[in-house]
Amino acid sequence: MKSGSNLEKILRAGHFAFTGELGPPRGSNVEAVREKAKPLIGNVDAVNITDNQTAMVRMSSWAASLIAIEEGLEPNYQMVCRDRNRLAMQSDILGASALGIRNMLCLSGDHQQFGDHPQSKGVFDIDSTQLIGTVKKMRDEGKFLGGADIDEPPKLFIGGAANPFAEPYEWRVHRLAKKIAAGVDFIQTQCIFNMDRMRTWVKQSVDMGLTEKVYILAGVTPMKSVGMARYMQLKVPGMDVPKEIIKRLQGVDKKKVADEGIKIACEQIDEFKEMKGVAGVHLMAIEWEHKVPEIAERANVLPRPTV
Amino acid sequence: MIVAERKPFEEVKNMVKDFRKVLTVGCGTCVAVCLAGGEKEVGVLNSELKIARRMDGDTIETGGVTVERQCDMEFLEELDGIVDGYDAIISMACGAGVQFIAERFPKIPVFPGVNTSFIGVNREVGWYEEKCRACGSCVLGMTAGICPVTMCAKGLFNGPCGGTNKGSCEINDDQPCAWYSIHERLAAQGRLSNILEICPPNDWRNQTPRTIVQPGYKDRLAAFGMK
Ligand code: SF4
Ligand code: SF4
Repeated sequence: MKSGSNLEKILRAGHFAFTGELGPPRGSNVEAVREKAKPLIGNVDAVNITDNQTAMVRMSSWAASLIAIEEGLEPNYQMVCRDRNRLAMQSDILGASALGIRNMLCLSGDHQQFGDHPQSKGVFDIDSTQLIGTVKKMRDEGKFLGGADIDEPPKLFIGGAANPFAEPYEWRVHRLAKKIAAGVDFIQTQCIFNMDRMRTWVKQSVDMGLTEKVYILAGVTPMKSVGMARYMQLKVPGMDVPKEIIKRLQGVDKKKVADEGIKIACEQIDEFKEMKGVAGVHLMAIEWEHKVPEIAERANVLPRPTV
Repeated sequence: MIVAERKPFEEVKNMVKDFRKVLTVGCGTCVAVCLAGGEKEVGVLNSELKIARRMDGDTIETGGVTVERQCDMEFLEELDGIVDGYDAIISMACGAGVQFIAERFPKIPVFPGVNTSFIGVNREVGWYEEKCRACGSCVLGMTAGICPVTMCAKGLFNGPCGGTNKGSCEINDDQPCAWYSIHERLAAQGRLSNILEICPPNDWRNQTPRTIVQPGYKDRLAAFGMK
């Protein structure tokens, strides 16, 4: 066991993992975190706590992670390279581990230009692949990036992201291989809508032997409305929403669109359960946390196993 | 070259509002080429200052001179006899030139006439693009001659990231994704192996003021007691 996290145990035991997501509030509203946490308890193995998501200032990821722990959830602490240099990152990693955080997701972060402080200086001292390598070095070698010894290395299950839908396609497996070489333990993918492309990427990863070395959790986002689907198709960088998804949502009664979105998500989850190389699903029900129990129920992933 | 753009006139006017005799010094190198601070721009700024003062019911006396390079002591010597009698200097050179003038004439207030913007290239007359951030440990050999520090919005060393959008960067459809282009060019050259290995964290060498003495000149400077 590298971290002893619940997520690690579930994956090592060969169970199909199911993780969720919780965006911290734009304020120090503890109740807001507890409210969002409630519907997730018992329905997911771990929950991603986003870090200044979309480059908007929010309650810090580690603080919201601690509140999640108090509520009985296991956090997957996200950290982006945009806001911290390697000194701040390493100290936050130590602090997170000291306070009982056991999973961490290493990301580049959305560019600050998209958020509410477009004037800010992006740090990007190291990139996400290098951050993965940093955590691995701290955990497994007990050394800081600078080479000095660590007094009690952090215990973290190391995650990273992958986007099979960004060009150049042929590069995507190599990027995954690089993250594995850097030391990533699990991968959560970008929201998947183009299943064909996903199948190809997973197959390539299996053929290259990569899925033997990493747990891949497929990113699933239920569409709430046709407007959301259109927005994701046109406005969100690196997102691939095929026309058929939009047509399918348009094809049902207006009141039934959200339900159809959940239906699509459940069909995807069913397929991922059978897909060789996929070890679980990461459900990103954006600002739709209260729907998670229903989705988990309908996707037949309950009860969550205990290891 | 170093690319700059003229400061908004109101800002310049305001900086020198308390001075009656102002010398505007142009630079004949980079900022002249990028049409921001050469001889012509010196003339234009001085006329604008005079007109603005007159409209405010006041006067200003301006002088204009353009030296070959403000970042070179040798050329600044030309100013020694000229600056006396002026209350202030506006330097239209890049930030380096402005500082060199301020250092040479420490008793006279010196103001920047341009905003120094970047190290870049001349794509077309009047059109400049940033290309280098002077990071001090150049990786262009690995990246097929495309700078990831400058051209990638997140300065990634192991790109392309997941935000690449049909060859554009996630920040803007008009901005090519640096790493997409790096991948394309390396693939065409059969050198993709360059980026299959992890590139370790960069050694940022532009975090303290830097000085370079070329090897052949160390003894010479020591002999003069300068270094
Ligand atoms: S790698 Fe550094 S030195 Fe080379 S072009 Fe980019 S910023 Fe300039
Ligand atoms: S899209 Fe390309 S240029 Fe933009 S941040 Fe990502 S790798 Fe860099």
